[in-house]
Amino acid sequence: MTMHNRTIAQMGADMAAGDYSSVELTTHYLDRIAAEDVRLNSYITGMRDSALTEAAAADADRLNGAGSNRPLLGIPIAHKDIFCTEGTRTSAGSRMLDNFIAPYSATVVEKFRSAGAITLGKTNMDEFAMGSSNETSFYGAVTNPWGENRVPGGSSGGSAAAVAARLCAGATGTDTGGSIRQPAAFCGITGLKPTYGRISRWGIIAYASSLDQAGPMTRSAEDAAIMLGVMAGADERDSTSLDVPVPDYVSQLDRPLTGLRLGRVRQYFEHDIDAGSGARIEDAINALCKLGATVVDVDLANLRHAIPAYYVIAPAECSANLSRYDGVRFGYRCDDPIDLADLYRRSRSEGLGREVQRRILAGTFALSAGYYDAYYRKAQQVRRLIRDDFVNAFDIADVLIGPTTPAPAFALGEKTDDQLAMYLQDIFTIGANLAGLPALSMPVGLSDGLPVGLQLIAPHLEEARLLNVAHQYQMGTDFHTLTPVGTVAAGGQPSEQP
Amino acid sequence: MSPSQPVWEVVIGLEIHVQLSTTSKLFSGASTTFGAVANSQACAVDLGLPGVLPVVNGEAYRKAVRFGLAVGAEIGERSVFDRKNYFYPDLPKGYQITQLDEPIVKGGQLKIETDAGERVINITRAHLEEDAGKSLHEDYSGMSGIDLNRAGTPLIEIVSEPELRSSDEAVAYARAIHRLVTWLDVSDGEMAEGSFRCDANVSIRPVGTDEFGTRTETKNVNSFRFLQRAIEYEIVRQRKVLEEGGRIVQETRLYDPDKDETRPMRSKETATDYRYFPEPDLLPVQISREYIDEIRTSLPELPDARSRRFVAEYALSGDDAQVLTSSRALSDYFEQVASESGDPRAAGNWVRVELLGRLHREDANVSGSPISALQLAKLISRISDKTISGKAAKQVFDQMWESAGDIDDIIEAQGLKQVSDSAELEPLISTIIDANPKQADQFRAGKDKVLGFFVGRVMKETRGAANPQQVNQIVRKLLRP
Repeated sequence: MTMHNRTIAQMGADMAAGDYSSVELTTHYLDRIAAEDVRLNSYITGMRDSALTEAAAADADRLNGAGSNRPLLGIPIAHKDIFCTEGTRTSAGSRMLDNFIAPYSATVVEKFRSAGAITLGKTNMDEFAMGSSNETSFYGAVTNPWGENRVPGGSSGGSAAAVAARLCAGATGTDTGGSIRQPAAFCGITGLKPTYGRISRWGIIAYASSLDQAGPMTRSAEDAAIMLGVMAGADERDSTSLDVPVPDYVSQLDRPLTGLRLGRVRQYFEHDIDAGSGARIEDAINALCKLGATVVDVDLANLRHAIPAYYVIAPAECSANLSRYDGVRFGYRCDDPIDLADLYRRSRSEGLGREVQRRILAGTFALSAGYYDAYYRKAQQVRRLIRDDFVNAFDIADVLIGPTTPAPAFALGEKTDDQLAMYLQDIFTIGANLAGLPALSMPVGLSDGLPVGLQLIAPHLEEARLLNVAHQYQMGTDFHTLTPVGTVAAGGQPSEQP
Repeated sequence: MSPSQPVWEVVIGLEIHVQLSTTSKLFSGASTTFGAVANSQACAVDLGLPGVLPVVNGEAYRKAVRFGLAVGAEIGERSVFDRKNYFYPDLPKGYQITQLDEPIVKGGQLKIETDAGERVINITRAHLEEDAGKSLHEDYSGMSGIDLNRAGTPLIEIVSEPELRSSDEAVAYARAIHRLVTWLDVSDGEMAEGSFRCDANVSIRPVGTDEFGTRTETKNVNSFRFLQRAIEYEIVRQRKVLEEGGRIVQETRLYDPDKDETRPMRSKETATDYRYFPEPDLLPVQISREYIDEIRTSLPELPDARSRRFVAEYALSGDDAQVLTSSRALSDYFEQVASESGDPRAAGNWVRVELLGRLHREDANVSGSPISALQLAKLISRISDKTISGKAAKQVFDQMWESAGDIDDIIEAQGLKQVSDSAELEPLISTIIDANPKQADQFRAGKDKVLGFFVGRVMKETRGAANPQQVNQIVRKLLRP
């Protein structure tokens, strides 16, 4: 049975044709998770019972004729464990929230539910989305399905690994500095970080409010378009969500790329890039040119300040966002506090991991009296300069292009003692967050057996353009259908061509 | 004071926290009703649960703009919310959403009445912010309790310039702010419920110096009387410290009404670096000129303007006009009595003396008056059309206060109608004269004072219903024809 190698679009068609039911599909995925995830650890919490109930309801809906125009009806997906899910533990990968049962659902979760999607479970992640390897999770590291000793990337490492290993049809992720795109690149899947404000943040556990954005992580650009269509839209509960109509992303996938101007970001290619990755990127650019695109060089001169600016702004915001985890109302509380200060100190020291504490401390420092101007204010100024650079680049290019990461997935434990090396993972992805731009990573081949991701960045609200370019590329290539070896064996069948 | 000691000048600035009378909280849909069961009015946003986001309450924003326009402030088309970070159990998020650099209201002025006459006090700013919850330090099986019903309740903090020079002025200013915010329906002003709380910044300096002395801040004073006493206490305390060669410590203090003293507050946190930064969950609020103009046109006539109009239109004294505009409800009440009765002067007297006197004794306000403005106007009309005497009217007033009912029915039932008909009065007066020959002789002999005796007797017999003038005439007619 190769149901799990079908894309969301194909599964929808299969179920409409009566090839299999959602209950069968869901059961199949649940069984795969039970068999495979011991090794991968991509899920924190499984939701077998509710998933089967939802699948039965989806099948009933389809029988009753309520299946038209619902491309996600009966499709089993997974949510990063940062999306509050009513009645289910929502941990954000932290000991602090190990006992937190969310009393309400995130807007994104609600939207998928009303679209008829099935929630298989909650995926592993770096603690509070702080990390680039999924190694800061309280629930342990995730194995990259492409290599036993490789990290899946982070922070949405569980979602990326689960999609790559066919343990769900698609998954949600969040991206604050690259947390969708970098793991998508490492795991050989398609990941989209939409424009800031395109998707409601209501119910998403905050890391850095001005940067956090949810997005789809899928096998193909077409699947990402289907998921984004459900996720996007204004939400009166999120003042920063954009009140802009949601286009039909799927209908725009087939536009030809003739005349598309690709902006080759000089600063990306000047960076030290793994040779194999560099070659795959050049191949991909050539393939796009064959589809009618042209290439221009663009400069993002201030991009070199992106990492320092990000590591001031994000920690500053997180230092306030995480103050609520104080052991008073919910979450972890230390044993036998002697007084209030002791309750705070020990609950936070014991409940929060090292990387989270590091960022809280850095952010607290950056906001302190006497340092605010030198750090926080300056970082905001840099942020404006970077945004201006992007705006200027889009005068001459329609889509910016470059590698998603400097190299493929690194080894587990390789960078855990070198924070700076870990932070540099985000060097190509952070710019889009600081500028609030939509950006997509898609697989463009392998380097030493590990997936290479190509990043595309578009102007504000031009998600459709990114998905169109990626889809046209995927129509002519099969890199997005490559399957990790172990997964093929487990599935019993080689992967299919689209 | 020894002759070598300087003459001190008192410098006071007030920060007043006014709770806005909105139905829901500043950033959530939870109710703001006072007195509910603990934690029954705290939703996910108020609890600071993971993943929640604030949304600005438009009604609260309007009320803040309304206040700003009423004090002639500049209303920015843009205002920014900031996070003020500190840890405390009654602050669920670990930060308070407030406004720092770009408040909604900038500047403004307020006129106050002092013994020395009118003064105009400058307002520095007023900003929107959310209230914290309450820590309950009663013992809950060895722990403190927290009630988050108040968490997220909308406040405006109104900051005055340090221009107040005495506790009297400070109280006059606080009262003027209180009158204005309740007048505008921006707040219910219920001080006992914490809807109006004052922080007093007090310092003293030798008269003639420009520099301010070191100030103390006495926080959360919730009555005008306590405000006066807290400031007085601080002035005396600071003078004593300085005159004994000491230094004032800049600190936060608390007024204890039981001991009538202020004392240093146990600090919520040792260092007060609040690490303000712009609230990233809320975009800067942009409002249009049209929005501001629309609120401006919806403002009611303001207290000072109404007071001046009462003097001009109804020939009231300045004092009466002030009293009658001490609240919007009272001034509306007065105006209705004045226009319905057609006798503004009498209306002023009745409202000010009888109504306010009675309300004051019963610790009620005009909205709780059992006598409506229409009834009081009718009562005044019954005096001017001579149906009842002024004295009887007070009886009717008391009766109406006790049991609402139609005024004419009460007059009828109590037999208070003035008897002006000579045909009814003459036989009665004849009988009284016959029964009191001695007094009759005295009056015949020219002793006018005895007239009062007869009037008194007649009034007693008629239970006040006789028209005294009429009685006079009849007695004269019968005894001195």
